[in-house]
Amino acid sequence: MKSRDTSIKAVRFGDGEVTTKEYLAEGHNFCTGCGESLAIRMALKALGDNVILANATGCAEVCTTPLPYTSWRIPWIHTLFENVGAVVSGVEAGLKISIKKGRLEDRGIKCVAMGGDGATSDIGLQALSGAFERGHNFLYICLDNEAYMNTGIQRSSATPYGAATTTAPAGKLSIGQITRKKNMPAIAAAHDIPYVATASPSYRLDLMKKIKKGAEIEGPAYVHILVPCPTGWRHGGDVTIEIGQLAVQTGIFPLYEIEYGRYRLNADPPNRKPVREYLKLQGRYRHLTDDDIETVQAMVDTDYAKLKEKVEAFPA
Amino acid sequence: MSKRVALEASHAVAEAARMADVDVISAYPITPQTHIPERLAEMVADGELIAAYIPVESEHSAMSACLGASAIGARTFTATAGPGLEYMHNVLYVASSMRLPVIMTVANRALSAPISIWGDHSDVMAVRDTGWIQVFCQNSQEAFDMTIWAFRVGEDRSVLFPVMVHLDGFTLSHVIEPMFLPEQSEVDRFLPRFHYPYPLNPDRPLTHGALGPPDIYSEAKLAQEVALRESRSVILAAWDEFAGIFGRSYRPVEEYRTDGAETLLLTMGSYTETAKIVIDERRDKGEAVGLISLRLWRPFPFEELRRAVQDARLLIVFDRCISFGMGGPVFSEVRSALYDQDKRPKVVGFVGGLGGRDVSEKEFGYLIDRGRDVAKKGSDRMIETVGIK
Repeated sequence: MKSRDTSIKAVRFGDGEVTTKEYLAEGHNFCTGCGESLAIRMALKALGDNVILANATGCAEVCTTPLPYTSWRIPWIHTLFENVGAVVSGVEAGLKISIKKGRLEDRGIKCVAMGGDGATSDIGLQALSGAFERGHNFLYICLDNEAYMNTGIQRSSATPYGAATTTAPAGKLSIGQITRKKNMPAIAAAHDIPYVATASPSYRLDLMKKIKKGAEIEGPAYVHILVPCPTGWRHGGDVTIEIGQLAVQTGIFPLYEIEYGRYRLNADPPNRKPVREYLKLQGRYRHLTDDDIETVQAMVDTDYAKLKEKVEAFPA
Repeated sequence: MSKRVALEASHAVAEAARMADVDVISAYPITPQTHIPERLAEMVADGELIAAYIPVESEHSAMSACLGASAIGARTFTATAGPGLEYMHNVLYVASSMRLPVIMTVANRALSAPISIWGDHSDVMAVRDTGWIQVFCQNSQEAFDMTIWAFRVGEDRSVLFPVMVHLDGFTLSHVIEPMFLPEQSEVDRFLPRFHYPYPLNPDRPLTHGALGPPDIYSEAKLAQEVALRESRSVILAAWDEFAGIFGRSYRPVEEYRTDGAETLLLTMGSYTETAKIVIDERRDKGEAVGLISLRLWRPFPFEELRRAVQDARLLIVFDRCISFGMGGPVFSEVRSALYDQDKRPKVVGFVGGLGGRDVSEKEFGYLIDRGRDVAKKGSDRMIETVGIK
């Protein structure tokens, strides 16, 4: 460990610096080209080592901690799938009262919780909503790969319209997912928390800035990261970054922030690329007809327009 | 010097948590547990207790927040009842398996359906295998004493298990009784500060709650079983210390007028005190009857139970729960615990007192008489019950 530490340095990171230290150790079991592991790696660099991380069950926990090994170089706790919002509440409240009672030194430890889209927008939504509403000082990171990938690509409420999954497969009578993707950042924002943002590992400086901002702001913060999943989205591991970029460039996953209720669109491409470019790289959409793709395009246009209305109505 | 006061059992529990200087309380309201978190919330609001009170949105989160707080080394308390206990079922296993000594009062309540807010032991029996140390209380004094004791045992460096303290819903939780409140200095002498050996701390990054592949899971579970059984020595030693400081002594199996008893009743919780009245009456008439009460439910007190019943000819077990398709769960456990003994009584089981149905002296009298009948002639009933129309 010692020799590793001496090689650590800070390198340029946009208008700041980023550490060369890796808090997610090498040797984990994430798939080749996994967008989630990239996002975690970057998020941890932005957070630094003065942090306690609570993790929901999912790929991140399974791929990093097969006993007796661990990939985490920060204090890390995992208990269950559905409760990480509550676990981090206990960590945060416990730290705060221990400091107040003089049992712990106040050193500004950041409390962070992390979960996939299922852990966030389905099974763990209640616990997360409670933690937001109570106002704990913590950052929640949603790693959204748009289905239950760890259990084998089952649909979640974050699976987009038209995507094929193992429990909403495309078939003679079905397009696959027939529902719209749950708008989790809007749900987080509805709690009137100080900070909500979307991010992508394809835009790493933006991602790290948002993680840092979310961790430093007083009160609950929510960063929703769209993480391409080669296994579940059925694309090559070599196009993960490109797919992440296309998600933003098509307007399917716009990058924005909501700070104290004020919206900022981080990138507003004047000529959004057609959604077809994003869809065609992924096997989960391969069954879509031209008409289906038009339907998706119309949905994305509507959603993007709605977001822009909010940005114009409540600008940062 | 302790002082004599009249306290509702729920408030006695809250008082114990206050005197234990608990750091984090995370609770969700459910009848008949409500008076405990309400009183604690008042104490926090008035500054009588410096603690974080987390008003969570469910029992599942109540226990989950306790895990997080306990893992950073905070002294952690919650309370629940019946359906709330079942709602946190999944989390209970994590608390014991991750060795996080959360202390919880359960105001025992029946389970739905039909919905019942009243007491029985269905909730306890559904969580008996969760790996918690579990004790039962008979009165307000015990509710206070067992709560203080629970922190002492659960947080012990060689134990580190969560502890459940059971109070019968309403028939104990809501009863105001005279009891002794000790001095703070006495509590402090008995209960040291909690020093969790593996706190989440950036200075020493630890991974809590890793994945257990098949080549390690079984060993982890066996180690947990060994550790829970070995907590016995601390359980007993802590009761001895307790007696030395507070002058009240407790045992895993409490015995009442068992000398020379041919027939023994077995109860748990507050109904033990009703049963004592019947034992007194029968003894006065010259009947060789006695009473034993399981105080310690987990780890199961094999040794004390076997010793307590070895000279009796008949043991009558009273269950406040039905294990559907099986009968009384305490009855089956007790009978199983005695099966290998050369010298053991005949064991007869009854189910009653479900969903708040009162069990009075009359019913305990029936238990003794019918129990003897069944022991002699056998039973032609699917299940022996008491007080059920």
